[in-house]
Order: sequence, then structure tokens, then C-alpha cells
Amino acid sequence: MDEHYKTTIDAEQAPVIEPGHTFGTVTEKISAIVLTRPASNGWFVGFGVAFLLTMMMLYAIGYLFLKGVGIWGVTIPIGWGFAIVNFVWWIGIGHAGTLISAILLLLRQSWRNSINRFAEAMTLFAVACAGIFPGIHVGRPWLAYWLFPYPSSMGVWPQFRSPLIWDVFAVSTYATISAMFWFIGLIPDMATLRDRATHPAARIIYGMLSMGWRGSARHWHRYETAYLLMAGLATPLVLSVHTVVSFDFAVGIVPGWHTTIFPPYFVAGAIYSGFAMVLMLAIPIRKIYGLEDFITERHLQNSAKVMLATGLIVAYGYGIEAFMGWYSGDRYDAFTLWNRLHGPYATLYYLLLICNIFIPQVLWIRKLRTSPVALFLVSGVILVGMWLERFVIVVISLHRDFLTSSWGMYYPTRWDWMTYIGTIGMFLAAMFLFLRLLPAISIFEMRTLLPEAEVKE
Amino acid sequence: MKAERMYGIMAEFDSATALVEAARKTHQAGYNKIDAYSPFPIEGLAEEIGFHRDEVPLVVLIGGLVGGLTGYLMQYWMSAVDYPLNIGGKPYHSWPAFIVITFEMTILFAGISAVFGMLALNGLPMPYHPVFNVPRFSSASKDRFFLIVFSSDPKYDAAGTRSFLQGLEPRSISEVPS
Repeated sequence: MDEHYKTTIDAEQAPVIEPGHTFGTVTEKISAIVLTRPASNGWFVGFGVAFLLTMMMLYAIGYLFLKGVGIWGVTIPIGWGFAIVNFVWWIGIGHAGTLISAILLLLRQSWRNSINRFAEAMTLFAVACAGIFPGIHVGRPWLAYWLFPYPSSMGVWPQFRSPLIWDVFAVSTYATISAMFWFIGLIPDMATLRDRATHPAARIIYGMLSMGWRGSARHWHRYETAYLLMAGLATPLVLSVHTVVSFDFAVGIVPGWHTTIFPPYFVAGAIYSGFAMVLMLAIPIRKIYGLEDFITERHLQNSAKVMLATGLIVAYGYGIEAFMGWYSGDRYDAFTLWNRLHGPYATLYYLLLICNIFIPQVLWIRKLRTSPVALFLVSGVILVGMWLERFVIVVISLHRDFLTSSWGMYYPTRWDWMTYIGTIGMFLAAMFLFLRLLPAISIFEMRTLLPEAEVKE
Repeated sequence: MKAERMYGIMAEFDSATALVEAARKTHQAGYNKIDAYSPFPIEGLAEEIGFHRDEVPLVVLIGGLVGGLTGYLMQYWMSAVDYPLNIGGKPYHSWPAFIVITFEMTILFAGISAVFGMLALNGLPMPYHPVFNVPRFSSASKDRFFLIVFSSDPKYDAAGTRSFLQGLEPRSISEVPS
């Protein structure tokens, strides 16, 4: 703990918490957002818009259930379309939350304590959005439970040699572990809210959620062990999840997919887009709720550096893809590269390079790394770029089949767009509710960052 | 009658340092049934009150092993025993393809064991506990530190323990009714 604090007062860097805070002020400031601060008009407008978009998504999905996947733009040869593009995009965004909460915990990066809670919430909501897509893409969504190995009257089992079933296990494990990790992180803070709340209903609800937490030294000891072990389990898990997602492509023989660079490059891309989403959420939240003391310039800088590093790994991935297209000598691989550069979707490929490789290089400039507005805009660009990357991978690879007779084009319909934009609404609506109902910053972990938390011998 | 119905005596401290020191002295004075409460985890505090056996890692290890075995054997039995299907000429027991799900099941079971094992060993959820009867205890989740000597301790005696705790210079002392 003490050495953590020492690193935070490094003169070179902005502090993790602005000086002058005590256990009391940290507790009050964070819990007040939930307990006493009235919901502003801005919150109602924001939540209202997000809620309407969620309704639009439900409408689009309802119509899909009525009519079938024919209302979408998917046709042979492009059977995957928006559903898979959006699935990969969302699940990638979720990865930053686990990286922040688990991997940075193991690496003793204590600055993560101010952003891990809402980053984990982001993970959960992003995984929830991601989970919708494969479920509604299967054609007969009411039979989606066939994905799981259950003793059916047909007597058959899932085909375990397929990456698609690996994905079912990876994503459902990821969702379960993320939810549990988030929940145990919340238990001590629920106790704080229980003890601070004045409304009887709030006390009962937070009391139930706190499970009767009383902060006993024995409990803390087991709690910390469990928390650390969960972090140790979540770390390989999060790396495996996007690896398995990339197997969905890489194990297939489609040119543009069948490559061993996919797992690391997918994981880096996931963290890249996830940090962009973290910043797009953190920058307005710290401003609106006055949390600049807790989410400081340091957090913005560090996140920008992570984006810069993972962005370069992604750029390396693109480079290797292009190189292998030439070096493999395989005419289909070479054609895939040519088709990306000159085919009907070439504009999107160039846009992808601009969004993911060129524009983010401005983060080398320190002044822009510390400017919330610039970071917000660059993060938006990266999110668009990462969405385009998945579009390029899914659509460009599929639309030119091995035989020219099976070539086709993919045009998303309004139902595709409504579903996609609707999930963004659902994600934001959940974030709006989360901010008002649960502490957006981990209160007890913030206390450990204060100098007074140190035990002097 | 009052003394019999007490759950323990509780002392309140201002800082983590004071709590650790008080816990050490109390334990050294021969009190074994004691507990300490703090608003955040304090390294070494559990050891000071005589807590050394943390079974959470063992529970997680067992959970992980069970998960991994379940994952692998499930796939083996379903693909090679119960309904063997020839998929592209691959062997029924294609173990490399089974590794991913084996790994995921290991993580899943280990994680569930960590969370539920920790809660069970801590005796949670427990919505009611006698310490909540002390009004000042509500700051244990904010900025105060508490030490309790349970009345079940063989060395416990209402007046003696109270004056012992008084000697540790706490901010306040409360009796905890059971």
C-alpha cells in the first residue's frame, strides 16, 4: 500500500487522487452521487434517448423474429454480416474492463482503482450487447439453447471440434466470471451505502446486496485472497476469449481469415477499442459528476498510452496480413489483399487504416494525451476504426468466394442498422442506470490509496 | 443479567495503525476470541488477531480441478462414447480440439468456487449481526476502525476487559448487546 502511494506522488506525473482527501471525503463524494444527488434533467434526457434506442432495438428484433433473417442484408456468400461484426466489436470493447480490473491489479497498477468499477460495468453491458447478436443470428433463435450440451430427446451432442462451440463456452464463462468479479468488488461498497442511506428501502436493498458485510479482518483476508485469485483466473480468461473469437475465423479456410496472427492481433484490437470506450465514458462522467479528483490526468494519459501501444500491435497485424498475402504465394490470399485495396469495399479499408493507424498517432503528443476533448475525439475515431476492421474481416473476406460464380455484395438494411444502433442505446441506458444506482468508483479501493491508509510501525 | 447478555465489548479507533497496534496488544494479552473491523483491507491485521488458516485457495484449486475434469470428460464421453460422429475424418477422441472448453470450464468452476467459497467461509450472507446494534459501528464502513473482544473468550470479564481496552486509548468503548 505504502509503495503504491509513493508511486502516485511521483513529481513527474499527475497524482492518482488529488491531495487533501480523507476516508470520509472519498466515501461521501462517491456515495453522494448515488444517495443524495438529485437526477438532473440532462440525466433524464440522456437516459430517455438511450431508452428509446433500446426500444427501437427490441422492435427490430421483434420484427426479425416475425419475418426471419431475410430482413437483414445477409445472403450467400456473406452469411455473417452485421450480426458477427457487431458481436466481435462489442465483445472486444468489454475486454478493457477485465484488463483494467484483473491484469492491472496483478501488475499492482494502483491507478486502476479509480476506473475499475465502471470499466467492469462497461464489460458486463458490452458482453450483454454482444450476446444478443449470435443468439438472433442463428436463424431459429428459439432453438439457440441447442448450443449447450444438454441431454436432448434427439440424443445428439454439440460438435466439440468446432470453434463456434468453443465460443459458446468462452463467452458464457466470460460473462459469468465478469459478473461475479464485479459483484464481489461491490460487496464492501454496498455495506457503505447501506450505512449511509437514509431511505428505508435503499437501506434494505443495499443491505441485502452487501450480504451483511461488516469489514471483519478475517473476512477481508479471505476476500482479498478470493479477489486476487479471481483476477488471476480472469487474466488468462480474457486473453482466451478474444483468441477463441478469432478462432471462429482463423480455423476456417477462407482467405483473409486463415492465419495464425489472428489471436494476438484480435486481443490487442479488443483492448484498443475497449480503452477507447473507457475514455469515451470516463471523460464525460468525470466532468459531469465532478470526479476530476479521482479520475485525473494520470488516468487519461495512461489509457492513451495503452491505446497507443495496442494500436501499434494492431498496425503490425495489418502489416503482417498484407505481407503474408504477398509472401504466401497463394493466389487467393494475394487476391484478398488486392481486393481490400482495389475492390468494391476499398474505401472502407482505407478508412480503417486512417482511423486505426494514422489518426491515433497524434497520441504521441503529450499535450493531446492530456486534453480530454482530444482524447474523446480520438477514442471515437478508434471505435469507428475497430468496427470497420471487423466489417473488413467479415465482409471483404466473404464476398469474393473461390469461384467467381459465387461472388456477391453485402448491403446492410435498415433493420441491421436499427439493431446495431439499438444495442448502443441499450449499452448507454444500462450505463445511465448504473451511475445512479451503484457507486461508479470503488470506494474501498480508493481508501487504500490514501496516505492515511498506511500502517506505521 | 446485563453481563450475561453481552455479545462483547467494542473499542473504536481513529486509524489503521492504532487498530493494528491494539489488535496485537489484545492478542498478546491472551485474548483469542477477538475480531477487528476496518473500512478497507489492512495487510497483516488478520494475522494480528490470530487468523492464519485461509482455505480459499484450496477451495479454488479443487473447483478448478473438478471443472477441468468435468469439461474434458464431458467432451470425451459425448464425442467418443455416447454418440460418436465422424466429423471430417477426425478421431472421435480429438483431444487438441477439447482443450479450449476444458480450459474454460476450469476457469468457470474455479471462479464460482472462489466467490461462493469466500462467501461461505465468511458465513455470508448474514444480514443480522450483533455488532450492528452499536450505532457508532456504521462508520466501520467509512472511516473508523473497531476491535471487539467476544464475551465467549475464556479471559473475558466485563469490567476487566473494559478497563484493558480503555488502556489502549480508543476513541470510544461500546458494549455490544447480543
